[in-house]
Amino acid sequence: MRDRADLVIVGGGVVGLSLACQLARMGFCDVVVLEQGYLCFGASGRNGGGIRQQWTTEENILLMKESVRLFRRMAAETNYNIWFRQGGYLFLARDGKTASTLEANMKLQNRLGVPTRMVSPERARGIVPGLDTRGVEVCAYNPTDGVLFPFPALWGMAKVATQLGVEINTYTRVTDIQTRGKQIVKVVTDRGAIATSRVVNAAGAWSWQIARMLGVELPNKPYRHEILVCEPLKPFLDPMVSDLSDGTYFSQTMRGEICGGISDPEEKSSMETRSSFRFLHRMCRSMLRLLPRLADVKVMRQWAGYYDETPDGNPILGPVEQVDGFIQLNGFGGHGFMLAPAIGRQAAEWLLRKVDHPMFEKYDLGRFARGEVEREIFVIG
Amino acid sequence: MAKTIVCRCEDVCIEDLKLGFEQGLRELEELKRHTGLATGFCQGKCCIAHAARFLARLKGGDDMVADPPRTRPLLHPTPVYRLAGELEAEPEGDGEP
Ligand SMILES: Cc1cc2nc3c(=O)[nH]c(=O)nc-3n(C[C@H](O)[C@H](O)[C@H](O)COP(=O)(O)OP(=O)(O)OC[C@H]3O[C@@H](n4cnc5c(N)ncnc54)[C@H](O)[C@@H]3O)c2cc1C
Repeated sequence: MRDRADLVIVGGGVVGLSLACQLARMGFCDVVVLEQGYLCFGASGRNGGGIRQQWTTEENILLMKESVRLFRRMAAETNYNIWFRQGGYLFLARDGKTASTLEANMKLQNRLGVPTRMVSPERARGIVPGLDTRGVEVCAYNPTDGVLFPFPALWGMAKVATQLGVEINTYTRVTDIQTRGKQIVKVVTDRGAIATSRVVNAAGAWSWQIARMLGVELPNKPYRHEILVCEPLKPFLDPMVSDLSDGTYFSQTMRGEICGGISDPEEKSSMETRSSFRFLHRMCRSMLRLLPRLADVKVMRQWAGYYDETPDGNPILGPVEQVDGFIQLNGFGGHGFMLAPAIGRQAAEWLLRKVDHPMFEKYDLGRFARGEVEREIFVIG
Repeated sequence: MAKTIVCRCEDVCIEDLKLGFEQGLRELEELKRHTGLATGFCQGKCCIAHAARFLARLKGGDDMVADPPRTRPLLHPTPVYRLAGELEAEPEGDGEP
């Protein structure tokens, strides 16, 4: 392991790896990534692979347009098949308030070049054969959203970064970060120390622990989210289907499996990843209600990961007041995978070329103290 | 060239495991996520033992088998409708057997 680096990234999830990859592409390779487990250990190896541009703020819509552009090239650039399939996203609204939110979102999305449209329940049944639309008022459908398989996307980013000279250390846990005055001097791990003056906190649901090593309190809270996958079937389901009344979402992966999850209002913040029968039951009931033809499809496996949630549903990005060179890239909740390519790129530009991205001011840690919070309401699952 | 298949569900060959090993992967948790090994219909029942033995041999130490990846529910693939069924209410007893 190197004993010094220009920049140390804590966390080998999609956010850390995307940043490493983009930095390396820009010629900045004196970077070490530290990951306590294996790659795919965190949320990045446990998510549903949903990639959507149907967001409610201009920032997120534009970021996601950029991410989709980058995902489309990723397989060719990394030589890993990331199974990206743009079958669309279909959101179901069961009440007037949700319907008008979708309608307002659509207008904003259209203005920014995302071809979302409102579809009637009848039309929705044409898009998803067998969809039970009883009680559904209206749907929002964007055909250019999609799904991918997270594992190969991570391996691909890791490979590119490594080939360009970044060092990725798995099974290496950061235990302390030392400072002199306001300046970072050293990252300590269970496999030795690295002298550095800059640290990126991309530790997902563990980010609050990393920050605490420097006396910085993050408002992020980890929440367990469960997910399941059914046996592979012949392709029949184009879009990701998401019911906004209970936060159900499921899609068919390129491997043919049906993969999805459901929100649980009873879930309390915890560092818990056990699977529950409650989830299995609620999810299956919801799948059956939406798509009765799934009745005989067999569930193969369930697991859980964390959402790293912030009070306003938006990430925490950029520097902090208290410590120089301590950069946040965390708090991505249930949508960090899809944002990672664009965020990684903008963060790399911002770090290296001092390109101004307003995000880094808008979403800095200081916003909570200043009270400048605009809530992202479209956090699913 | 002849191929030796380790995981029939996901069509993973010995060569795929070797490739991962050459890239530095040393644990079955990693090889599983690199190749898709054990993520198919049998959920690893048919392949994990073979892969664990093969990986131990590649590592070349004293171990005869490598650690298996974490086992996840379900033990047996089960239809959606059975899992969706109403949960049976706790039997109401008066404490008498
Ligand atoms: C069930 C589920 C479904 C989801 N569905 C979607 C979806 O459809 N689309 C989408 O875009 N997003 C989805 N998400 C969210 C997405 O997975 C996350 O937002 C994203 O993966 C976050 O990436 P990350 O790199 O910030 O975190 P992680 O992937 O968690 O990476 C952080 C890493 O830091 C490491 N780490 C922590 N502490 C230390 C330490 N002390 N030393 C060294 N390393 C450390 C961890 O081991 C971990 O690997 C879902 C999440 C879950 C749980």
